[in-house]
Amino acid sequence: MPTVKFNVDGKRVSIDASPDMPLLYALRDDLKLNNPKFGCGLGQCGACTVQLDGVPVRSCLLPVAAVEGKQVKTLRGLGTPEKPHPIQTAFVQEQVPQCGYCINGWVMTAAALLETNPKANDAQIREACAGLKCRCGAHVAILRAIKRAQTTVAQETT
Amino acid sequence: MSDHITPASQRRRFLQAAGALVVCALAPTSVLADPAPAAGGKSAGKKPLLRPEELDSWIAITPDGRVIAYYGKVDLGQGLEVAIAQIVAEELDVGVDKVDVVMGNTSVCLNQGGASSALGVQAGARPLRNAAAEARRLLLDMASHKLGVAPDSLVVDDGRIAVRGVAAKSVSYADLVGGGYFNAQVEWNKQNGNQMNVSGKAKPKPPSEYKVVGKSVDRRDVAWKIFGTGGYVSDISVPNMLHGRVVRTPHAGSVPVKVDAASIKAFPGARVIHEKNFVAVVAEREWDAVSAARVLAVTWSEPTNPLPGADKLFDHIRAAKVVQRDEEAQKGDLAKAFSGEVRVVEAEFEWPFQSHASMGPACALVDATPGNARLWTGSQKPHHARDGVARILGLEPDQVHGIYVVGPGSYGRNDAGDAAIDAALLSKLTGRPVRVQGMRIDGTAWDPKAPASVHRARAAIDGAGHVVGYDFTSRGFSRADINSNESDPRHSLAGMELGMPLKPGQDFGIPAETYGFANKMLAWETIPPLLDRSSPLRTSHMRDPVGLQIQFASEQFIDELAIATGVDPVEFRLRNLTGERDRAVVKAAAEKAGWKAAPKSRATKGGGVLKGRGIAYAQRGGTVLAVVAEIDVEPESGRIWGRKFTVAHDCGLVVNPQGLRHTIEGGLVQGLSRALFEEVRFDTNMVTSVDWGSYPILEMSDAPETIDIVLIDRPEVAPTGAGEATCRVIPAALANAFFDATGVRLRRAPMTPENVKKALARSA
Repeated sequence: MPTVKFNVDGKRVSIDASPDMPLLYALRDDLKLNNPKFGCGLGQCGACTVQLDGVPVRSCLLPVAAVEGKQVKTLRGLGTPEKPHPIQTAFVQEQVPQCGYCINGWVMTAAALLETNPKANDAQIREACAGLKCRCGAHVAILRAIKRAQTTVAQETT
Repeated sequence: MSDHITPASQRRRFLQAAGALVVCALAPTSVLADPAPAAGGKSAGKKPLLRPEELDSWIAITPDGRVIAYYGKVDLGQGLEVAIAQIVAEELDVGVDKVDVVMGNTSVCLNQGGASSALGVQAGARPLRNAAAEARRLLLDMASHKLGVAPDSLVVDDGRIAVRGVAAKSVSYADLVGGGYFNAQVEWNKQNGNQMNVSGKAKPKPPSEYKVVGKSVDRRDVAWKIFGTGGYVSDISVPNMLHGRVVRTPHAGSVPVKVDAASIKAFPGARVIHEKNFVAVVAEREWDAVSAARVLAVTWSEPTNPLPGADKLFDHIRAAKVVQRDEEAQKGDLAKAFSGEVRVVEAEFEWPFQSHASMGPACALVDATPGNARLWTGSQKPHHARDGVARILGLEPDQVHGIYVVGPGSYGRNDAGDAAIDAALLSKLTGRPVRVQGMRIDGTAWDPKAPASVHRARAAIDGAGHVVGYDFTSRGFSRADINSNESDPRHSLAGMELGMPLKPGQDFGIPAETYGFANKMLAWETIPPLLDRSSPLRTSHMRDPVGLQIQFASEQFIDELAIATGVDPVEFRLRNLTGERDRAVVKAAAEKAGWKAAPKSRATKGGGVLKGRGIAYAQRGGTVLAVVAEIDVEPESGRIWGRKFTVAHDCGLVVNPQGLRHTIEGGLVQGLSRALFEEVRFDTNMVTSVDWGSYPILEMSDAPETIDIVLIDRPEVAPTGAGEATCRVIPAALANAFFDATGVRLRRAPMTPENVKKALARSA
């Protein structure tokens, strides 16, 4: 099996895998990075989202061979309880997740949105979240959390 | 919402939560260790057997003075864990941060029925409240002996008992029993499951003395979920574990005739497991199991096309023979009421099959050995899953250790019960621990479904405009075609595939309301399943079982009666509801929403976005609520947007307002999704809703702008469930708002753009 080398959460990793195996299985099974979740395997729900060179992607569809030499960021790499990303602080403050199985996708997507369009309005936030699913119906809390994080970031940068 | 939380306390809570789960996720063997305090404490010894009448089965004090509450239900993410901690902390007079709740672990928790019927607080907290009060009484007794004063001269502050007015003379809970056991008995009501209760000599506090109950306290499972430091059931692995994927028929009712094991030889270590009609693939690596299951060549028996197809579903229901009819509520003389000089109003409503479609397909891990087994499950009824696994393995229940680990969502009898039995069977057949996780199709096409139904309503209105006769009958597939838990494997797909005898139950339900019409009948009728064995359309419980179906019809029909009698829908409800709390929620919701009375649809002709508002009300298990929906309708596209919802909610005593608000919001949005988008599609051969593309649910673009919640706190009324009440009134509130906006009734769910356009075209 070919070896694929890439970088995850700031660490160089190398795995032997069939090149068509999706990145999700490399992260979960080979690297024991369990935060990207298997939700559909079809790119329809976002539970498996990671950032690839800063862009949210669905790791359940992306062949592991496609990340050779690239930077992958998972939820663990986004922030820690000691050094949380503003989006994580806001999601905790708003007590967002219920079952929480989807929340990786929302946090990784919202974190990227805060980078690319920190002042996104309501419609733009909703648009950026297209394709993400949440079965518990935490959508309204998610919107509150993203807007809270926007405020925090805006205050910190002024 | 949680501004009062300091980073330090957040972190502590997160570490606690994470710690508890990391144990499960990384070192499954260590969770076998009894999490009760180690012996060596003040009254050390062996822990009494796990029986309801032992106080130690409910409450423990650790050597460092923490309290453990053993809870025989589970928290699915709506905040039960912290609510239970609050209730126990209240009775024991300790800080809520000192109470840890252990849930759904069958070796240390009694079977309180698992998550069931939104009874987590209503029924589940009762024995813990009483046990905690009794534990406090015993601790005061011990302190009284130790300090040489009468118990009524003692005061308790955060787990330290002191002589009143002499703070220096004190002893802590930890000093008294920390690490040991009470070895005391409580009285058990001899009931198991939801009804299990115990009581001691102590009387729980009156609500007027509550300090912790009634406060917003943050959940313990939020931080680890956001920082990704805990684990879900699908994250558990054990040494020597195989990955399993079950292969199910592409044609409902077909069975495997031939399985070509050679077709998967390209995948290292992958092999076929074939037992009667059960077919699966196991492999050392997960991706190999997934890939092999995908390419495995199976010859299935000829398709029998046992289904009517979704487009003929409601005709099928109308024509089907009735298996059971139950006239659950009746009063007066209906025949007489309808034979008088009356105007009769009639309507019929249709609700499709719906899928639990949990966020991820279910996962379970079973490690079966000849004499015992361990089960890691996300089933919301882990004790029942344990029983089912024991049965399929030929073991006694106490030979199986069931461990609940949070799963990818659970709102009823979803695919988690099947995953547990699949994993047990595979572990038995391979002699290895086996982790089974479904693919998306297993969670959407193969989960047990919420029953489809047709509801017929008619009312007799006299000359004075009073409703003198009311007749409401639901006809649908049974909510108990398979049991709402997996304790008997015959109710699982694997059990059916092994040929176990079937045992379908008959149950549906009636509207939960207090309309005081003089002559009234509320009835239900069940019809046979479309396919009795291994059906992708077998029916069971889904969040608020049959509540959405029934109230979609009944609360729309009440609106029709209001309009038919020329009365504003809010006013009509206030006039006819006999329950005081019922009228109170209707009034509260209408007032908060700024409801302006109108005895007819306010539809205006013309293009553009139409606006409407509608109300619906219901009871559920003692809880009462009303919702006003304000919607936008786009006639061109057929889109309905539930822009704003105002909820008035009365579930008696409010334990945790913040948690309650989140639970209401979630139930509301899930109900909105089911009302607007969700319908299981199928042709004559098979369910064709297999993923999020073919079974769409609500996305962020359709999330409401505002949800306003009025909590009516009634400390004098024992708390009732909140998890399943809100969702049941959302569909009718939307449909009533649609009528207000357009003058057209939407009597078929879901209210998709397609169905909306059809309804508008019919009326044009």
